[in-house]
Amino acid sequence: MSTIVSLPDQATARIPKRNYLSNENGLLSWLLTGDHKRIAILYLISITFFFAIGGTLAGLIRLELLTPQSDLFAADTYNKIFTMHGVIMVFLFLVPSVPATIGNFVIPIMVGAKDLAFPKINLLSWYLYLAGGAMTLWAMISGGVDTGWTFTTPLSTHFSNTNVVTTGLAIFVAGFSSIFTGLNFIVTIHRMRAPGMTWFKLPLFVWSNYAGSILMVLGTPVLAITLVLVVLERTIGIGVFDPAKGGDPILFQHLFWFYSHPAVYIMILPGMGVISEVVSTFSRKRVFGYTAVAFSSVAIAVFGFFVWAHHMFIMGVSNYAVLVFSLLTMLVAVPSAIKIFNWAFTLYKGSITFETPMLYAFGFMGLFTIGGLTGVFLGSSGTDIHLTETYFIVAHFHFVMVGGMLMAFLSGIHFWWPKMTGRMYPEKISQLAAVVTFIGFNFTFFPQFLLGMLGMPRRYAAYPPEFQVLNVFSTAGASILGIGYLLPILYLIWSLKYGKIAGNNPWQATGLEWQIQSPPLTENFVEIPIVTQEAYDYEWLERQKEHEVTHVG
Amino acid sequence: MGLSPVIWQFLVKWLTNFAVIPPEASTQAPQVDALLVFMTLVSLVGLVLVGMLIAGFSILYNKDRNPVATQIEGSTLLEATWTIIPLGLFLVMFVWGSVLYFRIYTPPPNAMNIYVVGKQWMWKAEHPTGQHEIDALHIPAGVPIQITLISQDVFHSFSIPAFRVKREAIPGRYTTEWFEATTPGTYHLFCTQYCGTEHSGMIGEVTVLTKDDYKKWLAESTSGVSLAQNGERLFASLSCNACHNGRPDARGPSLADVYGSKLTLSTGQAVQVDDAYLRQAILNPSSHITQGYAPIMPTYQGQVSEEGLISLVEYIKNLSSNYRVQQTLNTTELLPEQPARSAGQAGATQPASQGVTKP
Repeated sequence: MSTIVSLPDQATARIPKRNYLSNENGLLSWLLTGDHKRIAILYLISITFFFAIGGTLAGLIRLELLTPQSDLFAADTYNKIFTMHGVIMVFLFLVPSVPATIGNFVIPIMVGAKDLAFPKINLLSWYLYLAGGAMTLWAMISGGVDTGWTFTTPLSTHFSNTNVVTTGLAIFVAGFSSIFTGLNFIVTIHRMRAPGMTWFKLPLFVWSNYAGSILMVLGTPVLAITLVLVVLERTIGIGVFDPAKGGDPILFQHLFWFYSHPAVYIMILPGMGVISEVVSTFSRKRVFGYTAVAFSSVAIAVFGFFVWAHHMFIMGVSNYAVLVFSLLTMLVAVPSAIKIFNWAFTLYKGSITFETPMLYAFGFMGLFTIGGLTGVFLGSSGTDIHLTETYFIVAHFHFVMVGGMLMAFLSGIHFWWPKMTGRMYPEKISQLAAVVTFIGFNFTFFPQFLLGMLGMPRRYAAYPPEFQVLNVFSTAGASILGIGYLLPILYLIWSLKYGKIAGNNPWQATGLEWQIQSPPLTENFVEIPIVTQEAYDYEWLERQKEHEVTHVG
Repeated sequence: MGLSPVIWQFLVKWLTNFAVIPPEASTQAPQVDALLVFMTLVSLVGLVLVGMLIAGFSILYNKDRNPVATQIEGSTLLEATWTIIPLGLFLVMFVWGSVLYFRIYTPPPNAMNIYVVGKQWMWKAEHPTGQHEIDALHIPAGVPIQITLISQDVFHSFSIPAFRVKREAIPGRYTTEWFEATTPGTYHLFCTQYCGTEHSGMIGEVTVLTKDDYKKWLAESTSGVSLAQNGERLFASLSCNACHNGRPDARGPSLADVYGSKLTLSTGQAVQVDDAYLRQAILNPSSHITQGYAPIMPTYQGQVSEEGLISLVEYIKNLSSNYRVQQTLNTTELLPEQPARSAGQAGATQPASQGVTKP
C-alpha cells in the first residue's frame, strides 16, 4: 500500500544541530524555559505520568468488577479508586491533553509567531498544573477521597470523612493552569498572527482550540468558585448548599455542571481540531466545508454553555426547564454531526493513505459518532430517566472522552511526533497499536451500553450476579486496551534514539509548522513568514516544492 | 485448554439469558422502550452511513487507485442536508422524549401514595396504612402508585429499571415519581446516585402482587398504627394541638381542610398547600405565617425525623375531607379491613369534634 511519507536520504540526513532541544542544556534550562515547545514537552511528560496513574486505577476498577461481590477491595477503597480515576483523568489528563501539549507546541507556529503571547504565564501554568497534580497525589496517598469526581453535596460537605478539601483545592489550583493556557491561546490567536494570516486562513486546529480556550476562560472560574464554596462549607459551615441553613444542594449541581458540561467541549474541541488536520493531510485535500467546520466549533462553544441542566433531569428541576435544556441539548448535537460528515466528505475524491494518525482519526470518527448519538438518548428527557446514572452514561462519556478524545490525542501525537522530535515513530507497530486500541476499546465499553440498558447503576462495587457476563467482557477488553496504550509509550521512547530522521515535512502537509526544520529552532522561524496561501492548499505546496527544485537545481 | 470450558460456559450462559432490556413491568416501560428502539434504529442508520462513507471513500479513493486528489471547496447543498436532516431527527426525539417525560412524571389523580425515605444506606418505605419496609416495597399490580421521596442525608436516587422510572431523593425537599406495575414478580430497586461507602449495598426488591395477594400482605404486615394515627400522636406530643386546635380564638390557624387549599401568607404571597409546603411550615415556620396570625410558632428543625414529618404531613392531609375521600376511593378495593379509613376518620374527626363541642 502506498504512502505519502517522504523522508530524507537516511545515509546523509542529520537532525539540525541548532534546534529548540539542543539550544540550551541542563535541567534548569528546562525548568526555567519560556519556550512554548519545551513547555509542551514538559506537559507531555507530566500528563503521560498522570495518565499512567489514572489508567492503572481504571485497571483496578475493571478487576474488581470481574466478579459480582466486592472481593478485591472493600467498598470504601473501590469508591476512592473510581474517584481518583475520575479526578486524574478529567482534570489532569483530558483537559490539558491536546491544548497544553500539542496546542502549546504547534499553535504559535501555525499562526506564524515566535512564541505564545505570554511565555512566562505559560510556564506558570505548567507549575500550577504540577502543584495541582502533586496535591491530588498527596490527597490520594494520605487517605484518598471518596466523593466521586463530581463532589456532590451534601455528601462532600457533611458526610465524607476523606480528603475533600485537599482534592478540591488541588483542582482549584490546576484550574488556573487551564485558564492561563486558554488566555494565552486567545491573545496569541488574536494578536500574533503573521502578516497575511487572516482568520479564514487559519488551520482548523487553531479554530477549535480558540473555541476551547473561550470555554476554559469563561467556565473554569465557575468551577473554582464552586470548589471554594464546598471547601468553605466543609471547614467553616457557611451553609450555601445546606438545606438546614437555608441553602440548596441543587445549587451546587447547577454551578458544578455549568463548568463541567462545557468542560466536555474543552476536552473534545481540540481533539476535533487534530482530526481536521490529519484527515486533510492523509487525503491530500482541503477540509470539506472549511467555514462550516470552523463555525461549528464556535457553535459548540456557545451552545455548550446552555445545556448544563441536562445532567439534572431527574433531580426535581421544573418540567419546563427540562424542556428548554433538552431542546438546547439537541441543538448542540447538530454541529458535531456537521463535523463528522465534513470529515467523511473530505475523503471524497482524495488520495488517501493509511498511516497511523489516519487510523486513529478513523477510530475517532467511528467511536465519536457512537458517543455523540448515545448522547442524544440521554438528551431526550423521557429516555434519560431510565438511562441516566447507569452504565449507559459511563459508556457514553467514555466513547466521547476515550474513544473520541484519547484517539484524537494519539492521532495528534503520532502526527506531530516527527516535528517535535525530528524522528519518525516505527510505522508498522504503531498501526498495530491503533488497531489494538480500537478493538480493545469496543470490547471494553460497548458491553457497558448493554449493562446500562439493563439498569446496572454506576459506581457500584458489588452488583447483582446477572450482570457478570457483560462485566467480564468489559474487563477482558480493558486488558487489550491496556496493551494498546502501553505500546505507543514504549515505541515512542524507542524512536527518540532509533527512529528514522524525519526531515522538515514527512507528511507533505501544508501547515506553517511543516515548512520549518524538525525539530524547530527556538525562535521557530528565521524570518516571519508572509502568508498568501489558504489553509490546506496542496497546490501551493506543490508549487513551493517545484520552486525549491528549480532554485537549488 | 483449561480455560476454554470456562469461556464456553460463559458464552452459553450469556446467549441463553441474553437480554438487552430489563423486563417491561410497568405501563410506562413499553412507552420508553418504543422510543429507545426508534433511537437505536436511527443511530444504527447514522453509524452505518458514516461507516460506509469512510470505508467506501477509503476503497475508492486510496492513493493506489486515485493518485491525485481533486480539490473541492465544499457544498452548501450538502452542508444544508446534513444540518437539516439530523436537526429534524433530533427534534423528533426531543418532542417524543418530552411527551414521554411529562407522562412519566405526571401522576394520575387517583394514584395511591407511598412515602419513601432514603438514608445512608437503606430505603425506608412508609405505607399510609402503617406498614414499614426497609429495602423492600410491596405494591399491587394495576394500581397507579405515587412515591413521595425525601432523603434524610445525602442525594440518593430511587430507581426501578423494570419500571423505567427513577427519581432523585433530595435532602430537604419532596420529589415524586409514579408508576403502575403490570406484571406480578420481584424487581430490582437500586440507589443510582452515588451516596457514600455502602452505595452499592443500597439495593432492595420491589414485589408486585396481585390485588388479592396485596390484601393478604397488608393484613399480615400491618403495624396496627396507620401513618395518620402516628402523626396524630406526634401532633399531640409536640403540643401542636395547643395552638392548632380549630377554636375561633386559637393562636394558630385551623388545619382542617388546609391541605390542597390556597393560603395567603402574611407577606401577601398566595401559596398552594401541598406536602412540601406543610413540611417547610413545620421546619421553618417564620417564613410561612398565614395571614392574620402572629409569628409565634417555634421551629421544629432537628426535633422531628423525616419519618415523623411524613406522619405529621399525612395526618394533616387526612384532616382535609377532599383528600380523605379521594384516598378512600383509590384504595377502597384494596383495603377491605379498612385500617386506613378508620385512621383517617379518627384523625379527621377529632379536631372537628373539638371545634363542635367547645362553642
